[in-house]
Amino acid sequence: MNGRAFLAMLARDAHVARRNVVVLLFQTFLQPLLFVFIFGRVMVRSGYMPASYKSLLLPGIMAISMVFTGIWAVAMPLISEFQFTREIEDRLLAPIEIGWVAMEKVLAGTIQALLSGLVVIPAAWLILRPVALDFSRPLLFLAVTVLVALFAAAGGLALGCTVNQTHIGLMFSLVLTPMIFFGCTYYPWSALDSFPILQKAVLINPLVYASEGLRATLVPQFPHLSLIAVLIVLTLFDALMLVLGLRQFRGKAVS
Amino acid sequence: MVGIRTHDLRKVYNSAPPFGAGGGSPPAQRGKQKKPKPEIVALDGLSLEVAAGEVFGLLGPNGAGKSTTVGILTTRVQPTGGQAWIGEHDVWKQQVPVKRVIGVVAQRPNLDFSLTAREILAFHGAYFGLDSHERTKRADALLERFKLTDRADQMVRGFSGGMMQRLSIARAMMHDPQVLFLDEPSAGLDPQTRLLLWEIIREYNHSGKTILLTTHNMEEADALSHRLAIIDHGRMIALGTPGDLKASVPGGYLLRLRFGTNSPELLEKLRSLAGVREVRPVEPNGADVYADRGGSLIPEVATFAASSGAELHDVNISEPSLENLFLHHTGRSLRE
Ligand SMILES: Nc1ncnc2c1ncn2[C@@H]1O[C@H](COP(=O)(O)OP(=O)(O)O)[C@@H](O)[C@H]1O
Ligand SMILES: [Mg+2]
Repeated sequence: MNGRAFLAMLARDAHVARRNVVVLLFQTFLQPLLFVFIFGRVMVRSGYMPASYKSLLLPGIMAISMVFTGIWAVAMPLISEFQFTREIEDRLLAPIEIGWVAMEKVLAGTIQALLSGLVVIPAAWLILRPVALDFSRPLLFLAVTVLVALFAAAGGLALGCTVNQTHIGLMFSLVLTPMIFFGCTYYPWSALDSFPILQKAVLINPLVYASEGLRATLVPQFPHLSLIAVLIVLTLFDALMLVLGLRQFRGKAVS
Repeated sequence: MVGIRTHDLRKVYNSAPPFGAGGGSPPAQRGKQKKPKPEIVALDGLSLEVAAGEVFGLLGPNGAGKSTTVGILTTRVQPTGGQAWIGEHDVWKQQVPVKRVIGVVAQRPNLDFSLTAREILAFHGAYFGLDSHERTKRADALLERFKLTDRADQMVRGFSGGMMQRLSIARAMMHDPQVLFLDEPSAGLDPQTRLLLWEIIREYNHSGKTILLTTHNMEEADALSHRLAIIDHGRMIALGTPGDLKASVPGGYLLRLRFGTNSPELLEKLRSLAGVREVRPVEPNGADVYADRGGSLIPEVATFAASSGAELHDVNISEPSLENLFLHHTGRSLRE
């Protein structure tokens, strides 16, 4: 691997991100903040939801925010760089193995997903005060967030190199929307106890592990899946998405 | 100094060309399986040898396999068979060392629309490990050379086709590659820019660099290449210096004739004219006459035609050229 070329590519992405910072901020934070405001503040203050719901909701919002941002941040530029501007060609010709070109995109997406996840916490805290968050296990919390962010970015790589421009909207509505609603984001997994079949079925949804993992580290007072299981499954999903994404990327990069 | 070599390169595409891909209509040969997969033979055993320091031209019509050849030599296309080397390095097996020494201008523009012209050069330089001082110095010099200095800090999104093309070439030269690939570099350029480009290409070559350029413009191939290969349907049909190739056309001159009616007897008569080397019938009522003189043949041709009752309708005379060579080999015009 050629570290200088890799860093230069990362620098290019950072440069472009800085230039588009306003759009990027809106894209990343608007939806989660609206969610936090409506569900956490409006619904709670008006009495439709108990106050404890605020703390339960926060990890779910964080998971959605990270997964959406990571997938979007990697998939959308890849689609346009392969199909329209063809900008990726200059990187593919850089003196670095092409797998690393894909890895750079994943790293950039992971960082973006991490930022979007971490910003939800202070923002939500401002809107929702008081929320009962537990920061007594920072390393475990970090491990979960990194795994979730990596999943999102690697998933974006796989998606961006598989789906073409005309189908990406469809992909978001047909795959990501159900993923969010069946992803234990607005409710804990244990809330599905009375739907035993559904409760088993949603376990194929990686977002379940993201929400439950964040719940387990941030608000352990609520019921959640075992943290060990979450860490193992997220690691497996990360590996799967990376392998798949790299394969698809090579298929696109070389004809 | 680094040369280029290929041995028996083959490339078969298994999918239709992506939208906007260069090349003409694919000669889709559908197999007999249940779900027919198009098989496009783009290269059919191409062996080339380009000496270090040479300007080598690949001339051929659309769809001949020029871009595929460049793609294989630049790691972007996986060969179905055969091998390719840049210097000592096998292109497919040693991609990174190969990429270090090559610069590539693709046929279709691929500039980074999120950056300015200067940034495009700078980041490209950074990918190749140039330090920031060197990047600035080279970018300034190239922008100046390609007459882009006044647009250097604008986003390339708004650039004209010609400006994008100039910037693409500047970018390919940014890391001072030993081997430069230019895929149809002057397509769509105005004549003035084309001359600037030719000058820059010659200059770059004089600094000891190897250049492989593709074109379907014979004038360009003639003007720039030390040697050139004419390819068609993925095969080489002629190889040599532009002068040798032009001299290899029988007679050199080509008279494309069209008559009122089809008369084999007339064609026989034409063969007997002084200076005529070869007469080829062209459907329906024409003939391609290869001869060592041009206009002076016309009165005699007209007389023969009249006496055979096949009036001469149309004449097109061309002087010795690579175009004629291509026609002679394939019966088709390069422009078709
Ligand atoms: N990526 C691709 N997928 C499928 N077919 C392709 C692809 N690229 C080129 N072709 C086909 O291969 C043949 C050679 O194309 P190309 O090398 O682009 O020719 P040229 O550059 O000489 O015009 C054409 O028939 C073209 O349609
Ligand atoms: Mg081409």
